[in-house]
Amino acid sequence: MSAIVLLVIGLGAMALGYFVYSKFIAEKIFRLDPDFRTPSYEYEDGVDYVPTNRFVLWGHHFTSVAGAAPIVGPAIAVIWGWLPAFLWVILGTIFFAGVHDAGAIWASVRNKARSIGALTGDVVGKRARSLFMVVIFLVLLMVNAVFAVVIAGLMMDFSSAVVPVWGAILVALIIGQLIYRRILSLPMVSLLGVIALYALIGLGPSVPLQMPDAVGGMSGNAVWILILFGYATIASLLPVWVLLQPRDYINGLQLFIGLIVLYGAIVLMNPTMVAPAFNENVPEGTPSLLPLLFVTIACGAISGFHGLVSSGTTSKQLDKETDVRFVGYFGAIGEGSLALAAILAATAGFASVADWESMYSAFGQGGVTAFVEGGAYIINHGLGLPEATAATLLTVMAALFAGTTMDTGLRLQRYIFQEWGAIYGLDWMKKGVPATLLAVGSCLLLAFGAGGADGSGGLIIWPLFGTTNQLLAGLTLLVITVMLVRLKRPMWYTLAPLCFLLVMTVAALITQLRGFYNDGNYFLLFLDIVVLIAAVFVSLECASTLKRHRRDVAQQQE
Amino acid sequence: MKDDRDDDHDARRDGWRAWLSQARFFAEEVYSARYRGAIARARRDEDDLFMLLVFSEMMGVPNPASYYTLELQPLLLERFHDWHKRMGMERSPLDHFRCC
Repeated sequence: MSAIVLLVIGLGAMALGYFVYSKFIAEKIFRLDPDFRTPSYEYEDGVDYVPTNRFVLWGHHFTSVAGAAPIVGPAIAVIWGWLPAFLWVILGTIFFAGVHDAGAIWASVRNKARSIGALTGDVVGKRARSLFMVVIFLVLLMVNAVFAVVIAGLMMDFSSAVVPVWGAILVALIIGQLIYRRILSLPMVSLLGVIALYALIGLGPSVPLQMPDAVGGMSGNAVWILILFGYATIASLLPVWVLLQPRDYINGLQLFIGLIVLYGAIVLMNPTMVAPAFNENVPEGTPSLLPLLFVTIACGAISGFHGLVSSGTTSKQLDKETDVRFVGYFGAIGEGSLALAAILAATAGFASVADWESMYSAFGQGGVTAFVEGGAYIINHGLGLPEATAATLLTVMAALFAGTTMDTGLRLQRYIFQEWGAIYGLDWMKKGVPATLLAVGSCLLLAFGAGGADGSGGLIIWPLFGTTNQLLAGLTLLVITVMLVRLKRPMWYTLAPLCFLLVMTVAALITQLRGFYNDGNYFLLFLDIVVLIAAVFVSLECASTLKRHRRDVAQQQE
Repeated sequence: MKDDRDDDHDARRDGWRAWLSQARFFAEEVYSARYRGAIARARRDEDDLFMLLVFSEMMGVPNPASYYTLELQPLLLERFHDWHKRMGMERSPLDHFRCC
């Protein structure tokens, strides 16, 4: 089957979702009102609350939510064949992610632009708010550990990308200074920055830096993980304008360029889908597709992380309430299209099925490496770029995304520790450096505890990361559903995805529980139990809250 | 005839300029919108420290540069009210320096 056909079906379905389903949701369920006075006007302060053009806001929202996760997840999940991953990404984007993201912005805008965490406390209850904090902490813990492992793997596999990746950080530092000190205008800086970045990528293959397999008794992979956490510690303590802001900007530009290059190359090359639609011949030890698929692909189909962005910065800057549809729903579609590109690259970019099967030799293998190699193959045949350069380009893209997520994630984790310090009166924990070190320590424990001393097995926790992410999405959907029940509007459009998510998450946790027990991996067994307890509490909270609110509404009507 | 062409040229140049300034506006919005809050808060913290330095002598903290900071006080008067409110003091903390 031709990849272009799949591309057209996927993008067509998502376009249909935007023009038909999101219109229905926006008009009939959320009943977005163009005359509603949004928080950006109500509390306008020129700092947090600023009415922002919807295209700018969309660009923001999209680049904040799209990172390495919609690449890694689908690239792992194609081990079951391309069709299940494709269907879950497309249907998930249309019926789950779009509604979830738009709903989170809507819920926040209708409640003084407060965050979903605070809203959980108000709308659902205090207990749910504490639960929310725990789930967020688990998500951040796993995202940092997993992404360190992902970048370390990339650095080991693609030595040509080492110089460009770290060079890009230098470029970002310089850009940050040039803009903050108003030395050059932004368009000029962007142009120079992009030229510098792509010059580095072009240079990469001729100056490969390979970490030796063993350094002083540690594996090369483990050394990279330590270096990355050292870097993330420093980066997350710097003021945002020094590194995070310029790097985010570069990532945004890279995201658009990368998507155009990948999609352009697919159209020009027209590769055939090498991998099977359903993989009958999965490697031994691969868990069953149902329910694991639905937690392996979180970002790209539905992700709770988006709710944090939606209700954190986006809702404070929304110009008109009707923009919710464009910013939220279309933002999810942007992410879906990235996940689709990842699926196509990881399944069509191979010369033969044997090549593909050797890449996916075990569950958790392949992944982002398959995306880079497959994508490079397609770019090489479609656009004629040397394969090494194309691989460097994609590696830099994925590594920079993951690096920025680590930086942001570590910052957020530090805030949580600082908040705990304030709650429990621990003065030392309220300070920036000790709180950061605690955060880094817990992530390192996870990265090495999960996969042994070399840190190479860290991707085992990827599905576990997916489950916590889905729990977060579940809590957000619960807030939206409760709001709809109170407004006496149909609740099935958010309740059905909520139930589906909870069932799949609990099932996946139980499946994995058995797997970890059989493998004797007690560290992850413990973590799985923690997440499972959280999942059970979230489910109970959903049932009791909805029952209570429905009864209240029914009593009012009598 | 010549005028027409010049006008045309001018119009096109103006169009270009408008487009460029529009592009610049969008780029700057994209760059700054997400971190506006964080940066403004960091700057405000620095300014608060500066206020403390300027008014330190009045609160009994010796300041070797008080001769110079005295000159700055009238300039910072506008910010004084916001500052003492933010520092958790309902009224002006200085006896001889009334505010609200």
